Amino acid sequence: MAYELVIGLETHVELNTESKIFCSCGGHSSPKEPNDCVCPACSGMPGMLPVMNKRVVELAATAGLMLNCEINRYTTFDKKNYYYPDLPCAYQITQLNHPICVNGLVKVKTAQGERDIRIKQIHMEEDAGKLVHGGNSSFVDFNRTSVPLIEIVTQPDFRSPEEVVTYLGKLKSMFKSTGISECEEGAMRCDVNISVREEGTEEFGVRTEIKNMASFEAIDRAIRYEAQRHMDALEFGTEELVQETRRFDDVTGKTSAMRNKETEADYRYFPDPNLMPIVIDDEWLEEIKKNKPVALDEKAEQYMAAGISDKEIAQLLSEHSAAKLLDDVVALGCNAKDAAAWILTDCAGILRKAGLKLKDLSITAEGLSYLIKMVQSGKLNRGGAKKTLIAVIEDGADPIRYCEENGLTVKVDDSMIEAVIDKAISANPQAVQDYKSGKEKALMAIFGACMKELKGKGDPQSIRATLLSKLKD
Amino acid sequence: MKYYAEIINEKGTVAVDDTILVKDTVSSAGSHILEGYKPLFSAEAVERLQQKGFDIKGKTHVGEFSLDLVGEFSYYNEYDENESLKGAAAQLVKSGDVKYALGVDMNGSTRRAAALSGVNFLKPTYGTVSRYGIISCAASGEQLGVYANDADSISEIMSVIAGNDKKDGTSLLDTSYTYDTDLDLKGAKVGIVKELLDKACDSVKSEILAYTLSLKAKGVIVEEVSLDFFDTVNTAWQILMCAETCNNVSRYDGVKYGHRSENYRNIDELYVNSRSEGFNFLTKTTILYGSDVLSKTRYADCYDKALRIRRVVAEKMAELFESYDALITPVCSKNEYKAYDIKDAFTKVYEESVFTAIANLIGIPALASSNVQLLGKHFSESTLLSLSKMGERKGE
Ligand SMILES: [Zn+2]
Repeated sequence: MAYELVIGLETHVELNTESKIFCSCGGHSSPKEPNDCVCPACSGMPGMLPVMNKRVVELAATAGLMLNCEINRYTTFDKKNYYYPDLPCAYQITQLNHPICVNGLVKVKTAQGERDIRIKQIHMEEDAGKLVHGGNSSFVDFNRTSVPLIEIVTQPDFRSPEEVVTYLGKLKSMFKSTGISECEEGAMRCDVNISVREEGTEEFGVRTEIKNMASFEAIDRAIRYEAQRHMDALEFGTEELVQETRRFDDVTGKTSAMRNKETEADYRYFPDPNLMPIVIDDEWLEEIKKNKPVALDEKAEQYMAAGISDKEIAQLLSEHSAAKLLDDVVALGCNAKDAAAWILTDCAGILRKAGLKLKDLSITAEGLSYLIKMVQSGKLNRGGAKKTLIAVIEDGADPIRYCEENGLTVKVDDSMIEAVIDKAISANPQAVQDYKSGKEKALMAIFGACMKELKGKGDPQSIRATLLSKLKD
Repeated sequence: MKYYAEIINEKGTVAVDDTILVKDTVSSAGSHILEGYKPLFSAEAVERLQQKGFDIKGKTHVGEFSLDLVGEFSYYNEYDENESLKGAAAQLVKSGDVKYALGVDMNGSTRRAAALSGVNFLKPTYGTVSRYGIISCAASGEQLGVYANDADSISEIMSVIAGNDKKDGTSLLDTSYTYDTDLDLKGAKVGIVKELLDKACDSVKSEILAYTLSLKAKGVIVEEVSLDFFDTVNTAWQILMCAETCNNVSRYDGVKYGHRSENYRNIDELYVNSRSEGFNFLTKTTILYGSDVLSKTRYADCYDKALRIRRVVAEKMAELFESYDALITPVCSKNEYKAYDIKDAFTKVYEESVFTAIANLIGIPALASSNVQLLGKHFSESTLLSLSKMGERKGE
């Protein structure tokens, strides 16, 4: 008999914010030791009250916009009660009744074709801490308590493990490339709801949930195992399926039922009286929309149009800080294709030698655009630029000052440039005539002749300005 | 009974209930579970007073988490068998040991203490005084307030401690409020709530009537008003209060600070034994009721219904306050209480809260002035303080 898989996902994503969701603790993304990023609030001491981090609302709404969700203008928090030593208040603040985003849609393309995955909702919540077991004791580390998360809940719209993995990969690159989440190891965790039914039937089969998986590979294996288990039960009556929560064992590759105690809890949810409802008015929503980073697909198209290679695009999209640097340098007037090469070839090479990663690149957009423009105008040769970059990356030098102090810049002879411009004007009388009679395009012919003669020396903008002023005379 | 849990500065003029944090001073909310807990920071109200030069004299005993009548069930304090229950902070103000005291009004215990001691306690409008640094139980209705012998002293402290605090998400945005005590209230209309007056004993009744006569003599119109919903109001507040308290005290689990049982073999036993040893019978009862009203099967009938009652009552009262400048009710049914068994505490407090619950439920200000309680619409503190001052006997 032919069977169909029906899968729904709940995905937790850590948001990339400077401080936690309800207190001002920072540094939680790279703590140095246990309980390093902890204050009285996120360690559950009496007297502290949660104060909403606005940035979390903005990032959650931005994620929702990227997944084509409606943004709820009125959104509230609820308390979820359970006892566990890594949960210092014995409740988690989450959203039950009025989540921030609802009714989204993501298109997922696999070899089998494209499918619409509906997003039921996205809600904000705080993470719990972690337990460290050693010898006869257990220790609690609250560095992660109150770290902001979003949980993205889909409808049961997936039909294969490939679709699930493609969807997760899409979320990951979308969030990472736009800086919504770092999506580091373990920063994306999934609960998978799965059932199997005879192909062609409408009714859902018995549903099981596999909790808390962090790697795509594990999710893929878990779905395949669980699907087979369901099909065996349906086909051969190997066991009776029950609705339950299971966990996946990475070593054996099998799922097993979790103890009832862990799954039948009554979380006694109720609205958190310490957090006033958040109202997202038109003005705020407009601002969020305006600041929304360009989504991945759009971004890739933008880069492609600028002539950046596929390989470079992939690198840029997987490293938000590099993409941002490129965008900023382009905004300062540099050519996108050139700038991409500077970042992904020149800088990346120096970083690699220094044992660093692309995300460690510390040069400012102003510094890099200065170097690019200096090289372009012939005032700095490539060797000098590379030397400067090494000093910037390895010693944190300031590029402008470094070039000047080390005598790397070459003075371009302005009178020589002027002579070239004069020569180009007199050599192209027809173009001059056309330009003066209003054909703006004719300017390019004269300008091109100048640039050709100068072989890239001089600053194109000032050459153009000088040319224009000479044509006015 | 003892009054102070700890003396901080003999020269201080302000006493602070043990439900309010003072940096580096043990703050235990009268509970064994918080034994020895020293906070890293002071409550915002304490901080503001200290900045204005008010010194804190010491921490005063409270009943465990202020759940009792007036402070009779503290782990650190005891009443003698025939002693009258009066409340530590209220008594210190009455005796002149301190001029002012701060307390948290969560289920009326501060107002009852003021009534039984013959002093004033103002529970201000919800959101006007920061709740940062109070050992929170019922977050949606508790509010830090002031004990003093007269209206002017309350006004003096309120103008220092009230106003927006960014550390409290429920704090209203106004940065300051004025507290007048001399409004001209000739022609103002005040209603005495018949149903609540009927619940009071004769001596409380006659004190209230004497007060209304002094108001009438000064040109205030006093009339009886019949409101039949105070029992419902009380039930709604007790549901919310138990639920929120249950949730807020669940962090006291023996893992991080405070009391930890010596007797445990695993985490479940650590929780159960620490909490069994650390909470008194009244807190445990409150936790059980709170868990019950939040459970899946009861939520819609209890907690959610209480929230809806809160909304309806708030609307009804807003309407009523269009015709009345204030309401007068008793603060408690009697003017003296003796020590009693803690097993009866939940019921006793429930019965007495019928007078006090409305102010916690809908966040309106309430001023207990001896046995008289004045209730007004939100931000009507000046009216309440002025009305109270009109009844103050000069030279006493
Ligand atoms: Zn913190």
